[in-house]
Amino acid sequence: MRVEVRGLTVRYGDVTAVDDVSFTLEGNKIHGLLGRNGSGKTSLMSALAGYRQPAGEVTVDGLPVFENAAATRNICLVRHTPDAADKGDKVSHVLAYAAAWRESWDDGYARELLDLFKIPFKTKAGELSLGQRSALGVVIGLASRAPLTMLDESHLGMDTPTRYAFYDALLADFMAHPRTIVISTHLIEELASLLEEVLIIDAGRLVLQEEADVLRSSGTEVTGHAPDVDEFTAGLTVLSEKSLGRTKSAMVYGPVGQERLVRARQLGLELGPVALQDLFVHLTDPVRGAA
Amino acid sequence: MFDDRSPIYRQIADRIKADVLSGALKADEQVMSTNQYAAHHRINPATAAKAFQQLVDEQVLYKKRGIGMFVSAQARDMLRAQGRETFFGEVVDPMVAQARAIGIPLADVVRHIEQHENRGV
Repeated sequence: MRVEVRGLTVRYGDVTAVDDVSFTLEGNKIHGLLGRNGSGKTSLMSALAGYRQPAGEVTVDGLPVFENAAATRNICLVRHTPDAADKGDKVSHVLAYAAAWRESWDDGYARELLDLFKIPFKTKAGELSLGQRSALGVVIGLASRAPLTMLDESHLGMDTPTRYAFYDALLADFMAHPRTIVISTHLIEELASLLEEVLIIDAGRLVLQEEADVLRSSGTEVTGHAPDVDEFTAGLTVLSEKSLGRTKSAMVYGPVGQERLVRARQLGLELGPVALQDLFVHLTDPVRGAA
Repeated sequence: MFDDRSPIYRQIADRIKADVLSGALKADEQVMSTNQYAAHHRINPATAAKAFQQLVDEQVLYKKRGIGMFVSAQARDMLRAQGRETFFGEVVDPMVAQARAIGIPLADVVRHIEQHENRGV
């Protein structure tokens, strides 16, 4: 499955939720779509799922997704509020509805997941707890086995042990049935090790698309005597700086280069790695644009 | 288990190398499959596969088609030799710097090390 997005823009009145975004998702990978609240994650995923007519292009294996039943049958989007279900519908009915949509649906697996998440089959969706409703969304997402499966913060309503059960189920099922998975979240730490690729969006724009392990080596924190730190960071992308007395520490993004590393040693600067979560925070920092 | 501050594939590779060095993994012993490893440590299977491939490239592991990956016969000796090359720069020099910073005379450090030697440790 190849997902191509070209010049995608989503507007609500005067508000531009997604602003001229282009990217390609290729191969069967688990992608993380990371962005702050209101950054455009949900609008972007809705357009990928064909829920709205795009300004720009959204194609799956070369075909536009909007009003294309053949394409959307291969796509499953689960939102953070399980909206598929009428609150009066029983869980069994919600699943039957989800199953009716797609050939790839695995009913046996759906039942296994219901057991795992302790969701009663005959209960009405409206009577489930928040955690159970989130889990029901995840059950639909996983059991759909859709070639493009998108989970829009679906797991955020779960408690911690349930989230870990979800991560394990996701990994096991992904390995058994490789497909393109996109998970959006603003809580990165827990999920980061599961991701192969990361897309960061901010204020409707794509900030970066990168292999997760490459990102983990893309940040450097440098600490030392303030003028020395300034010399080191000159010409680099500085994400953040803070000073304490004569000591300064700066977070830089991108390759540092061998020469600079040698110079850092001469200057006695301390260099350290930057966690993915911190990179994300600073790459989407609202203060940075104004600085 | 793995931190988010350096590439996970490198952390996996380092951990397996440490197991080979300590003898926890022996020559010609089979290592976990990448999928088992990914599930066990809750990491992306492509990331685990990248680590294992790196270890094959470095001849720490070898592949048996259709069976799995195994520790090479020469892996431990090779890793020991590599470790010796970096030992003084990466372990001893920082230790000396630390001893100086906190005011322990190097003679005391040497005496302490000699006690290990005498005990045959």
